[in-house]
Amino acid sequence: MYRRVVDSDLWFSFSRSPTVVVAAAVATIMMMAALFAPLIAPQDPFDLTSLSILDAHIPPAWMAADDHRFLLGSDDQGRDVLSAILYGSRISIGVGLASVALALVLGVSLGLLAGYVGGRLDALIMRTAEIQLSFPTILIALLLNGVMRSILPADLQDQLAIPVLIVAIGISGWVQYARTVRGTTLVEKNKEYVQAARLIGIHPLMIMLRHILPNTMGPVLVIATIHLAVAIITEATLSFLGVGVPPTEPSLGTLIRIGNDFLFSGEWWITMFPGAALAILVLAVNLLGDWLRDAFNPKLR
Amino acid sequence: MLAFILKRLMQSLLVMFFVALIAFSMFQFVGDPVHQMVGIETTLEEREELREALGLNDPILVQFSRFVLDAVTFDFGISYQHKKPVADMILSRMPATLELAVFSALLALALGIPMGVYTGLRRNTLFAHVLMTVSLAGVSLPTFLIGILLIFVFAVMLGWLPSFGRGEVIDFGWWSTGLLTVAGLKALILPSITLGLFQMTLIMRLVRSEMLEVLRTDYIKFARARGLPEYVVNFRHALKNALIPVITVTGLQLGSIIAFAIITETVFQWPGMGLLFLQSIQTVDIPIMSAYLILIAFVVVAINLVVDILYYVIDPRLRATRNADPGA
Repeated sequence: MYRRVVDSDLWFSFSRSPTVVVAAAVATIMMMAALFAPLIAPQDPFDLTSLSILDAHIPPAWMAADDHRFLLGSDDQGRDVLSAILYGSRISIGVGLASVALALVLGVSLGLLAGYVGGRLDALIMRTAEIQLSFPTILIALLLNGVMRSILPADLQDQLAIPVLIVAIGISGWVQYARTVRGTTLVEKNKEYVQAARLIGIHPLMIMLRHILPNTMGPVLVIATIHLAVAIITEATLSFLGVGVPPTEPSLGTLIRIGNDFLFSGEWWITMFPGAALAILVLAVNLLGDWLRDAFNPKLR
Repeated sequence: MLAFILKRLMQSLLVMFFVALIAFSMFQFVGDPVHQMVGIETTLEEREELREALGLNDPILVQFSRFVLDAVTFDFGISYQHKKPVADMILSRMPATLELAVFSALLALALGIPMGVYTGLRRNTLFAHVLMTVSLAGVSLPTFLIGILLIFVFAVMLGWLPSFGRGEVIDFGWWSTGLLTVAGLKALILPSITLGLFQMTLIMRLVRSEMLEVLRTDYIKFARARGLPEYVVNFRHALKNALIPVITVTGLQLGSIIAFAIITETVFQWPGMGLLFLQSIQTVDIPIMSAYLILIAFVVVAINLVVDILYYVIDPRLRATRNADPGA
């Protein structure tokens, strides 16, 4: 296993590019930090008993005159900004990954069906994709999110805010997967191994899943990586606009929105540090995605 | 040619039909309109009268065709929240959004094209590498974060520019413009940079790759072989051809500029359509939501149509293949 990884083309191009190595390291560290937030965060920002209003509005450690407990300062409720970022990126990354998974499953299945079955189903799926593609993703996510929230009863809205958000972002992103997978499927389904499989009477569903699906995975991985960056940004944007994650369980976007109110009184750290965390995370994922795209493109080798 | 235009026109109408269907069904899914419009003390009989007067007891198809006919004549009903005609509310906010969007697009073009040409021609210089790296960062920074950063630096720290609103506006009939006053222009600067930055990086990258592509072609080599001066080759032969896709992509991006204006308008409290839409989402004001959706769809579809036809007219090479795959 180890040798297979080290000898692969992918590892070669990975280890040759310092930018990508750094991006991968940053992305891994941030995801680990988010995953283990309860263990490494100096404070539990959701535990209201550990918060003291006397600790509010303290600047970052290197700027504070006498109080150095808060490395990145504290917010208006005496919450440690660093802890809030760790817990917040947990939600941001979690929502991002879940939306990508949903869009991937949805897009890949529809793409496989459209490509393999063809005919009317293909026309229906691809026409829908085309219509959706002519609208900006963020608008679709906003609209889906808004409509789903308004259908829910008021007392469930905050509880279900995160699942609703995941569904909205997931549905708004399936088109890219479907188009790519459909293209590959159209090519693969006429190859001899698929014809042979069909000839010996393997169920079409089995052919799609076992034979064609593995051949579409390369490009899908590239799209998923780039989509992760987009999904994280979309979640942050919706939360910033006040229609995403509720402030009781803030994501990075919610933190930026809360902190934005204190910008004018000069308390920049409440919003700037979550903002920086978000930007670094997205940049790292984007760099990885860019590299993967080039690495999978045989023309560029 | 005529057949192509007709076909695209039919497709556009089909898209608009589906959007209208979605916009219409939002009314069905979300709450009871009568419930939204009346007070607590309204009796059941009065409610039933209102329901009949609004035509909510008619068959669904009748309701839908009435909805479409109203939308075509720019009648989107009454806002639940504000009790005012939605069409008037949107119309009064349209100038703010359009001025912002057009100004951002111009800014993106004015900066993006020269930067793209530079990074294409001198692609191994240090400055070109800096521009490319910065542009990737520009793509990674969410719009709202750029806005917050700009506000912090230019409004809070330096105090040079206003952080919210349109400044001073002058009315011409229903159009209110901020372009004729100093305060209005100053207020426009930060929001249009925020909105235009992403498009700028997009245009820069596009121009760069198109320039690289064009510079490899035979006719450029031939122009060089003829001994034409460098700037004639670069700007008259290469740039001219590299700009064709830029025109169309910019056209297509206009729709997403208007959508991203929702975010920029929220950050800067810019009184445009986007801010209205967002507020309508928060208050579940379905008439405004559906009207905005239809309007944006109309703009996007119309631009798509015009761009497609333009493409067909400008580039004769595409006429053969375009019909085969309109989605590519």
